[in-house]
Amino acid sequence: MNDCKPIHFLLNDREIEVREPAGLLVLDFLRRRQHLTGTKEGCKEGDCGACGVLVGAFDDAGRLWYQPVTSCLMPLGELHGKHLVTIEGLNLPAALSPLQEAIVREGGTQCGYCTPGIVVSMTHCLMEKRSAVTLDDMKLALSGHLCRCTGYGSLKRAGAAMADLWSADERAAEDGRLESQLGLLARKGVLPDYFPRIPERLRALQERLERDRTESGAPPTFRIAGGTDLYVQRGEEIPDGPVDVLNHHPEWCGVSRHNGTLHIGALTTFEALSHDTAFREVVPRIGEFMHLIASLQIRNRATLSGNVVNASPIGDMTMLLLALEADITLEHGGKERRLPLRHFYKGYKSLAKEPNEVLTRFSIPVPGETMLVNFEKISKRECLDIASVNSAIKLTLRDGVITGASLAAGGVAPIPKYLPESSALLVGRKPDESLVRELLPRIQQEISPISDVRGSADYKRLLLRQLVIAHFVTLFPETIRPESFNSGMQGASPR
Amino acid sequence: MKIHIDAPLHVRGESEYVDDLPPPAGMLHAQVFGSPVAHGRVKALDVEAARRAEGVVAVLTAKEIPGKNILGPIVLDEWLLAEDLVEYVGQPMAVVVAETWELARKALRLVRTEIDPLPPVVNPREAFAKGEVIHEGRTFALGDVDAAWSMCDLVLEGDVDLAGQEHLYLETNRARAMPREDRTMQVFAGTQSPYATQKSIARILGVAEHKVEVDVLRLGGGFGGKEDQGTHWACMAALAAQHTRRPVELVLSRMDDIRMTGKRHPYLSDFKIGLQKDGTILAFEARHYQNAGAYADLSPPVLERTLFHSTNSYYIPNARIFAVPCKTNLAPNTAFRGFGGPQGMVVIEAAISKAAEALGLSREAVQRKNLLKDGDEFPYGQKAFECQARSTWDRLVEQEDLVGWRNEIDAFNSRHPMHKRGLAIMPVCFGISFTKTFLNQASALVLIYADGSVSVANGGVEMGQGNNSKLCNIVAETLGIHDERVRCESTNTRRIANMAPSAASATTDLNGQASILACEKILVGLKALAAKQLGASPDEVAIVDETVTVRGEKSDWDWPKLTAEAWLNRVPLMAHGFFATPEIYFDRETEKGHPFAYHTYGAAAIEVELDALRGSYAIRKIRVVHDVGRPINPVVDLGQVEGGLAQGLGWISLEELKFNEQGFFTSNSLSTYKVPDVYFMPDDMRVTFLDAVENRRGPLGSKAVGEPPLMYGIGLFFAVRDAMRAFRPDLAFNFAMPLTPERVLTQLYPEALAEVQPSLQAPTPVGASTP
Ligand SMILES: Cc1cc2nc3c(=O)[nH]c(=O)nc-3n(C[C@H](O)[C@H](O)[C@H](O)COP(=O)(O)OP(=O)(O)OC[C@H]3O[C@@H](n4cnc5c(N)ncnc54)[C@H](O)[C@@H]3O)c2cc1C
Ligand code: FES
Ligand code: FES
Repeated sequence: MNDCKPIHFLLNDREIEVREPAGLLVLDFLRRRQHLTGTKEGCKEGDCGACGVLVGAFDDAGRLWYQPVTSCLMPLGELHGKHLVTIEGLNLPAALSPLQEAIVREGGTQCGYCTPGIVVSMTHCLMEKRSAVTLDDMKLALSGHLCRCTGYGSLKRAGAAMADLWSADERAAEDGRLESQLGLLARKGVLPDYFPRIPERLRALQERLERDRTESGAPPTFRIAGGTDLYVQRGEEIPDGPVDVLNHHPEWCGVSRHNGTLHIGALTTFEALSHDTAFREVVPRIGEFMHLIASLQIRNRATLSGNVVNASPIGDMTMLLLALEADITLEHGGKERRLPLRHFYKGYKSLAKEPNEVLTRFSIPVPGETMLVNFEKISKRECLDIASVNSAIKLTLRDGVITGASLAAGGVAPIPKYLPESSALLVGRKPDESLVRELLPRIQQEISPISDVRGSADYKRLLLRQLVIAHFVTLFPETIRPESFNSGMQGASPR
Repeated sequence: MKIHIDAPLHVRGESEYVDDLPPPAGMLHAQVFGSPVAHGRVKALDVEAARRAEGVVAVLTAKEIPGKNILGPIVLDEWLLAEDLVEYVGQPMAVVVAETWELARKALRLVRTEIDPLPPVVNPREAFAKGEVIHEGRTFALGDVDAAWSMCDLVLEGDVDLAGQEHLYLETNRARAMPREDRTMQVFAGTQSPYATQKSIARILGVAEHKVEVDVLRLGGGFGGKEDQGTHWACMAALAAQHTRRPVELVLSRMDDIRMTGKRHPYLSDFKIGLQKDGTILAFEARHYQNAGAYADLSPPVLERTLFHSTNSYYIPNARIFAVPCKTNLAPNTAFRGFGGPQGMVVIEAAISKAAEALGLSREAVQRKNLLKDGDEFPYGQKAFECQARSTWDRLVEQEDLVGWRNEIDAFNSRHPMHKRGLAIMPVCFGISFTKTFLNQASALVLIYADGSVSVANGGVEMGQGNNSKLCNIVAETLGIHDERVRCESTNTRRIANMAPSAASATTDLNGQASILACEKILVGLKALAAKQLGASPDEVAIVDETVTVRGEKSDWDWPKLTAEAWLNRVPLMAHGFFATPEIYFDRETEKGHPFAYHTYGAAAIEVELDALRGSYAIRKIRVVHDVGRPINPVVDLGQVEGGLAQGLGWISLEELKFNEQGFFTSNSLSTYKVPDVYFMPDDMRVTFLDAVENRRGPLGSKAVGEPPLMYGIGLFFAVRDAMRAFRPDLAFNFAMPLTPERVLTQLYPEALAEVQPSLQAPTPVGASTP
């Protein structure tokens, strides 16, 4: 493995340099190379959280922050210059942390297999929310974790108890920066003693690092963004070949607004997008939609370009971007081209893209008029599940009349489906019940769902009908009532 | 404060599972090649390319098995590695052994087969019609059903379609085998049945049982899934270790685990119920077609428990229950918390719902009217005693003000046209004991060291359920010392012989009783010694809070002093306790007997809210009243109730185990098979234990708690149904489970569903408008 570039990072309280394939999974590295067995493998597809770890780095403003991620989908190469924290790195030498104690007291662990990952995520929650921590925060921390034993009640009780960890003075002294609170967190036993020195050590490490991470030699077999689709689909092959870790290109991240256009870097993660102020101005309810999409750990990794290039007919962000009428910019060898996202999909997983082209940016028009956006998704389980059908809609309105409309739906065609005719039908009309009644059969003609594990074709047709009604009911609650579409029901009068 | 004794290790990630043990030098990794089809004759199995692949040390097939290639917990009807026939997708055919896990995975792709396909059967009714059964059907009967129908005011029929359930223990199946001197084999396995595993390995390797040591430290969840089916992987690891003379580890990937192992049995059932106008059930008949999968595995006893629990908590004077295990081309279905009981209970609950709806009575009124009381006879002949069916129900109804609760729901429903709330109560009566009487035996070894520390070895496997915690609690309480002094050792076939599986909720009962007997033996010597030295008679001596007391007065002997003295005075400090449950028996000829030591009772109320526009629903509130006798460890008991409940809720609603006609699981990974997560479970959930009622048949007055709470989850189906009926009182809904959003929506909107079906759609010209 000596042709591998060295990867230099902090592993818990140790600085290490390893020569391993950049595409090696962090989980395999921990368990098989380091014999750090507190991190568990439950699924290797991001769905259970047993492999949860924290990754710490500095943001653009130079602030230290940590993210919980699933180590089973993360390439080792990405750790270069970062701080990787496993359960071993959170343990105090001779005592339990207050969180660990609370879990013991409440019976929040039975077989224990899920527990280390859960402790990691809940500790992260205490690092991030600190004195403001609530039950809802703790539920968010638990959301990407499956525990088959406890039913979560005891874990919630343990999490809720953490709100009492702080005195009023400590609350008042909060300055919103993790870095300045590390000392307090260590004194409280939330973190071990080595943590307060981490920022300094990490800065020193970064200064010594070589910046250039492009792998020389062979062209990459795999181009990894967040890896959340790639590792699930091709996990066993990736470590063998040269890989391009796209996240070594910070220039392809972040959101900016120029006049009437919102530019979003292709590698912006779901989570980053949902917290971005510029994007929130355009889609204020993005946080609400995100609740239905993946888990915190996955959203911390999943990128917009990965979602779009993966071309799943049911991709959630793809649907939103289609409805927002995004253009994409593709780049190769210094040459750029731009095309509407809706022209990107040619057939099932077939794209208008050359293999070497990289997606660098999304551009979204932001018109002057009132703009309304809604997103709907139904899956078997409300959270951390792939949709049976999802749909996004954007309407612009002037004087109560629809001036622009775009409607997209997933799970109803071989590609993420933009519905041009249904969208066109809405323009120039007033949003009322008769318009929706007219729209519903039109939508059925534009879709071609098939039966699969996420639902029968008939169900998907019916579900899209309901979700389209839901769009209008949500956007125009005063004028459009859902019960008026229950036509044909005998005795279904509201009781 | 009582805790789960493993918890302090768990929260630090320091507890060891099989593959966390430091790897011995030269350890190899095994992976399993499974049948690519559900049914067929094997013409060829070509492993040569795999044998030549990089890093491969061996590829083992049926030919390489030195002993007998045969397995099965009850009937020896399975191959470890398939020979000339394959009967389910994923059925193990070969084991690839390589230097690393990665190389073993790669070589797996080089194995080739040639299989002449045979038609697969996946539907149990179809299998039954073709005569494909594991054994003939069995019938339990009470009273005279045929005569009773004519006395009923209402007789109804119906059917139930129940899916299976993946165990989804977070730790997949795994084992590590070490070849040792004198052809002995040491195996670290993730199994609920160390003895069955030992026995199977001995048979596969062709050695005596004493040559095989199976050690189980803990499981990352079992839930029945590793009662029989943890065995195979340990056998394969041992086979590979024997063959290569090197340590071998086998860890199944999640997808292989789902594909290759059996699940909770899907059932198709028919029912007929007869009642009086007031809701009194006079007669009930059920026919259960169990989808057993390809081999017997534990299907026969699972089926038996369906028969036992088909009338749940109700007294039904005339009942006839028929059940048959049907052979299909799926992985052999197996034990899963509840063990066939839940499938039986769902059907009677469905029948009651349908009957209540037809009679215009509330479901709860019919349920309450028919609850068991002392002296009532079950269809299998046992009579209810110390029956808590009514007390748990009434406590729930009063404590939670059911009438007020109902009123609130009605008020909400009348205000909200598209959101409906629903409520249901689920009573549970579950028999405790292995229904195979001979399994109701256990051994424990209690070892007291001269420094006063105590070790207990027992036949129970710790899989999260708290067996070891309770064993420590029981030993400490019996000896009069603190929990911290007691350690529970790994479950090891070299310490305990012929142990029963950890199952049937009975593990702590049996092993706890055995350890009490062992402690009592030691106490006799200790008390005699203390009596002699302190000048009293042995019955005046006690050990209380780690201090020897004489006639209730503290002496200056503490526990370490006592144990040290015992050693110096040659008083035995270790003992073996053996327990066999008294009173129980069952006669297979008459299908009557007294199979259970006792029953566990309880009731749960579940409220849901349905989003009738989108067809989704959420659980709002759950209340449980449960009888655990005198709780030994309330934290562990509460965990069992909450966790079991979550699994039951998942089974009935989310967990859609889908397979196609070719016998492939299509929900074969965690991205398609969904289990409860933190948001699925309601925040508003409360469990009340019935005020300690000593159970004289359980250790220290306790009751078994592992399985019964799972069945509370069944109430969720009926709560959603209640909400669906509030939205569409005009419709009749089916009894198909799990109740996925698809099943909800398509049943709420039959008219719209018909409209959107493409065959029914008239193409509308572009620009035209429909009214
Ligand atoms: C547990 C779990 C839950 C999930 N839940 C959801 C969900 O709720 N909704 C949803 O929509 N998706 C979900 N996903 C799918 C996945 O997270 C998303 O599709 C994600 O956006 C993929 O992004 P990524 O950065 O991880 O892509 P990767 O896996 O890194 O890449 C995917 C593909 O895109 C290519 N690619 C990525 N970026 C570029 C680029 N800039 N230029 C060219 N090619 C590129 C890669 O080469 C690869 O072929 C889930 C996945 C997991 C594991
Ligand atoms: S192992 Fe399950 S999320 Fe990583
Ligand atoms: S404690 Fe067993 S999975 Fe959580």
